[in-house]
Amino acid sequence: MMDLVQLKRVRLTIFIAILLLLAVFVISVATGYISLSPAQLGRTMIGKGSSKEYLVLFDFRLPKIMITILAGMGLAVSGAILQSITRNPLADSGILGINAGAGLMVVLYITFFTVESTSFLYILPLFALIGGILTATVIYLMSYKKGEGIDSTRLVLVGVGMAMAISGVILTLTIRLDKNQYTFIAEWIAGKIWGNDWIFVLALLPWILLLVPIAFLKSHVLNTLYLHESVSIGLGVPVERERIKLLFIAVALASASVSVTGGIAFVGLMSPHIARSLVGPRHQLLLPLAAMLGAILLLVADTIGRAILDPSGIPAGVIVTVIGAPYFMYLMAKRNA
Amino acid sequence: MIRTKMEPFNEKKVFSRPAIGTTILMVGILGLVSSIVLATSVGSAHIDFLTVWKSIFQYNPTREADRIIVDIRLPRELGAAVVGAALAVSGAIMQGMTRNPLADSGLLGLNAGASFSLACVYAFYSNADYIIVMMFSFIGAGIGAGMVFGLGSLTRGGLSPVRITLAGAAVSALLSALGEGMAFYFKLSQDLAFWIAGGVSGANWLQLKMVTPVVVIGIIISIIFSKGLTVLSFGEDMAKGLGQRTLLTKTVLMIVVLILAGSAVSLVGPIAFVGLMVPHIVRSLVGTDYRWIIPCSVVFGSLFMVLADTVARKVNAPFETPIGAIVSLMGLPFFLYLARKKGGRL
Repeated sequence: MMDLVQLKRVRLTIFIAILLLLAVFVISVATGYISLSPAQLGRTMIGKGSSKEYLVLFDFRLPKIMITILAGMGLAVSGAILQSITRNPLADSGILGINAGAGLMVVLYITFFTVESTSFLYILPLFALIGGILTATVIYLMSYKKGEGIDSTRLVLVGVGMAMAISGVILTLTIRLDKNQYTFIAEWIAGKIWGNDWIFVLALLPWILLLVPIAFLKSHVLNTLYLHESVSIGLGVPVERERIKLLFIAVALASASVSVTGGIAFVGLMSPHIARSLVGPRHQLLLPLAAMLGAILLLVADTIGRAILDPSGIPAGVIVTVIGAPYFMYLMAKRNA
Repeated sequence: MIRTKMEPFNEKKVFSRPAIGTTILMVGILGLVSSIVLATSVGSAHIDFLTVWKSIFQYNPTREADRIIVDIRLPRELGAAVVGAALAVSGAIMQGMTRNPLADSGLLGLNAGASFSLACVYAFYSNADYIIVMMFSFIGAGIGAGMVFGLGSLTRGGLSPVRITLAGAAVSALLSALGEGMAFYFKLSQDLAFWIAGGVSGANWLQLKMVTPVVVIGIIISIIFSKGLTVLSFGEDMAKGLGQRTLLTKTVLMIVVLILAGSAVSLVGPIAFVGLMVPHIVRSLVGTDYRWIIPCSVVFGSLFMVLADTVARKVNAPFETPIGAIVSLMGLPFFLYLARKKGGRL
């Protein structure tokens, strides 16, 4: 299927992506209130650092970086799936309102429980998932028409409207909260990666570990769905059932990621696009590369945010949007040219 | 009723219902006045109508009821009315000019642009005069609109409604993110929060004295140009064919839209969906002639906002619910309906 030169290029691309992720990781560790140089990082990693270096690395930096990487992967894979099953290059869990729906549930959770690292936190991704699925169901039903199926333009349009209205509701709920809760939710909406403890990593990890491989195993289905509905039916793919399964995976990935990182849009839009332009539309290659790019993007955004304003940081979601929205506009301008 | 590009011009489709229009105007104005009086009398301190009447026309600063009514409630209700009119008319003009049934200052990036420039004002020049705040709001709305229309028209395909809506979503996301970034960097989040959620509670006489004349002039200009707008709503080629000076009409109307949306945002924050809903409702009642649509939108928009604000105050008393949220909740089903009904052929 693929000739040797192409295979070589793909290998090189993935190799470079891994190197890039490592480099960003090292820079991210070095950035912050207490700087850790690469030498110190190496020393601490092999168990020869000072207790202060241990504390900074393992208690502050590493959990947050792990969460950022996992969430970036989750959002990117979710975006790739959404783009393929809707055959709309502008699909993304943020633009479609799924993040907002998940966010609404997170806000409700915050209103009733406290924002502390307790065992309750394992429930947070589940809460977010319920919100995400409800929103996705409404969007799906609203853009489904008998005889026409899902119109991808209508889907995005409905999603944009949903996202706006749900943000309005979230704001309503926040006004009544006390100042601490309010600050938390304002930052959550702006996409500040707030999970900074290993417990958040544990809350997010199962979702990513379970769902990303399932998505990967479904690569061939995604390949056919990406082509055309009639092609998929011709190839014997039960289109509607597979599409709903994949939609569920995408929503679950996005909701779980968003529950610990805050409302981050555009990662799920950009990563699959860049990956597609590098290795082509085959999902066997596209998904892993998109996941890596998502992790890189989000980690870069978080690091920039911390570098600009320390120690609280500009939310990563703000940085990602400032990079991602122009990219979205570029895609729009290019698409109908 | 909304004309798509492909439809040929058909004289029969230009219809208006002057009788219904007049009735709506009369009933609407009566309704508006009575709802303002009603809204002024309800609240955490209930004051009966007679006292409201006396307070307004025989103002006596030593009486507590008079001060509540004249200094707090009245500016608030008038502010809601002014904002409602401004948003509804700007929505109507945009829908006519772009022939986009989904046009609305919130959806097309004007509100986000105005909010962004206001975040800048608060960050760099925190005790600016209200007139400066207003000017920046206009400029911001202009930037937002410029970006959306620039982006929408970059391609030969032209400005299809869906493209403009998507461009609006992207531009809004970008400008809100920049505004949020500023707010976090300069630690303004809390101050901006209520304003961003949209509330008329802060409206005072000083602001009203500046905003009202601007909005009234904007509305008068748009009524003067409403005939041109009706012709424009059939398509630009048609308008040119009918001898319309399209460039002049479009420029004037665009400036009016920016001023109306900018004033509204500077007073109450970004409120979406009013400019979307009101003109559609009005159009379904009085027909497609903008000489009727615009005056009726003024009345309906004001009435809608006064009622929404009353709901916002009563629904969870004594807490205030941001009016923007109430309007969003009411607007969503409407938006979904439009997207579903027209979405297929946008």
